[in-house]
Amino acid sequence: MAETILIVVEQREGKLNRVSWETITGAQAIAAQTGWTIEAAVVGNGIAGIAAEVAAKSVAKVYALESPKLAAYTPDGFASALKQFIAQRQPKLVLMPHTYQVRDFCPKLAASLGSTVIPDCIGYKYEGGRLLFTRQMFQGKFAADVSFTGQGPWFATFQNGAFRGDQVQEGASAAPIENVAAEVADVRTSPEEPFKEAKQAVDLTQAEIIVSVGRGIKEQKNIDMAKQLADALGGEIAASRPICDSGWLPMERQVGSSGQTVAPKLYLALGISGAIQHIVGMKGSRSIVAINKDAEAPIFEIADIAVVGNLFDIVPPLIEEVKKAKAGA
Amino acid sequence: MLRPNGPVARCWVKILVCMKQVPQKDAPLKLNEGGTWIREDVSYEVNEPDAYALEEALRQKEKHGGEVVVITAGPARAQQVLREALAKGADRAIHLEDDRFVGLDAFNVARAFAAAIKEDAFDLIFTGLQSDDYGYAQTGVLLAELMGWPHATIIMQIEKKDSGIRVKRELEAGFFQFVEMPLPAVLTIQSGINKLRYATLIGIKQAKNKPMRKVSWDDVSGAVGENLQKVEKLYVPQKTKKTEYLEGSPAEVAKKLVDKLRNEVRVL
Repeated sequence: MAETILIVVEQREGKLNRVSWETITGAQAIAAQTGWTIEAAVVGNGIAGIAAEVAAKSVAKVYALESPKLAAYTPDGFASALKQFIAQRQPKLVLMPHTYQVRDFCPKLAASLGSTVIPDCIGYKYEGGRLLFTRQMFQGKFAADVSFTGQGPWFATFQNGAFRGDQVQEGASAAPIENVAAEVADVRTSPEEPFKEAKQAVDLTQAEIIVSVGRGIKEQKNIDMAKQLADALGGEIAASRPICDSGWLPMERQVGSSGQTVAPKLYLALGISGAIQHIVGMKGSRSIVAINKDAEAPIFEIADIAVVGNLFDIVPPLIEEVKKAKAGA
Repeated sequence: MLRPNGPVARCWVKILVCMKQVPQKDAPLKLNEGGTWIREDVSYEVNEPDAYALEEALRQKEKHGGEVVVITAGPARAQQVLREALAKGADRAIHLEDDRFVGLDAFNVARAFAAAIKEDAFDLIFTGLQSDDYGYAQTGVLLAELMGWPHATIIMQIEKKDSGIRVKRELEAGFFQFVEMPLPAVLTIQSGINKLRYATLIGIKQAKNKPMRKVSWDDVSGAVGENLQKVEKLYVPQKTKKTEYLEGSPAEVAKKLVDKLRNEVRVL
């Protein structure tokens, strides 16, 4: 009997998280090689619309796991509903997008089934009948191929951008949808409504040019030099997480998975090593220039133009050259 | 000084902070011969997210009273992480000391920790949100599952309530959410939740007299099972993008770069 891949798509407040399409694309690629069947599950309450949306894609079946107790996300609610369902269905592989919500409950779910999650994968390999999942380690300095040793069900989550969501295959006809009355255990946490902090004054997503600083800037006082470069270029200043954690720039200027996702014409990365959490927030930039003294820094893997060198030597003459170019233009 | 578990000890919280020693951020890493892991002869430091978890535990203790205990698993070198934590103000430490702990997957690390603390009654367990080496972000959540406790991840703020705690979770895209839960509970702490302190000279001196409990492999190996996943191969990622390297003196590089920004990137 063919094995099953179960995709748990993500919904928040009754809306499908688009990153779910990427997971389905990944599952479709795995299924094409393994011959396994793809099914999908949606968890929540009042999710018929989402189930129908997913059923239009090339999947064999969609399950809608519903309960009033699943109206708001809680790790207890989602893990227990899926635990019952997965124990019954016995898929070989369970795939989810690597979102903050999935990070919150997926390890618990896998452990409750005596299994494990390979998280944050950027791809997979199917070699000699074996599935390996590729993920970054050591902040992106290395990639690792990781295998499951147990019987399953195996769990893996895919990093944002691991597959193309716009390449998800449509189904020839709508897949059948089965409604499942989810069994939900005691929910011990009481979540309040999600909210945004006071309106952000800076919308980096609209910036055409971004000069972004990382740990390589070393000291708070050096931020000023990066600001001068941003000013000369007519762009915005931004930073990776550690800089904002240190309070050197406000949180609203943070680019990355916990900050803003940007796609400017030019992203100039100063002293940014390129941890995956940062990369996901800027890899869509049209042109990426990286200046870093560490030739091994992962940022260079996605850079269009690379300068291996000391940013403190390079940025001052760069500011002058930019000013000259602007004056001449 | 250590607060004894006597009548005075009905303090608000007893917090366990799980910490990990990881290769230094700037350390040049080399692959081992088999290409299965890094060569271990590098410099190590505390996993930065764990430093924020420790700081938060110390702040909670300063506000409400209680005890802060730090735990790590790893070879003798990992003790440095605990020493630093004691110097910053942790009350005592637990060291699961053995080379074999390094190769455990997150589930097994959580199982080893759970076995090592079964005599302790903690109200809260903190971990950093993820480690800088594996980056699995699982140990805290798995520990909660093993202990049968509720949990919340990526925490930016903790308030004490009569019924337990109210915490602020960070969600994606600038969203946050408050969640209430009873104690005991496990929280994974987001970096940047607080400002880290430095150890004082007095703190470093006092740390030498603080208790450090050693736990051997045999003490907890009964709780540890087979790893459920395995790193088959570790390698330098292949480039997918064509990168042009600019070389020369800083002045030359600056000129070349501006040239590109004008003629190719067309932003000047």
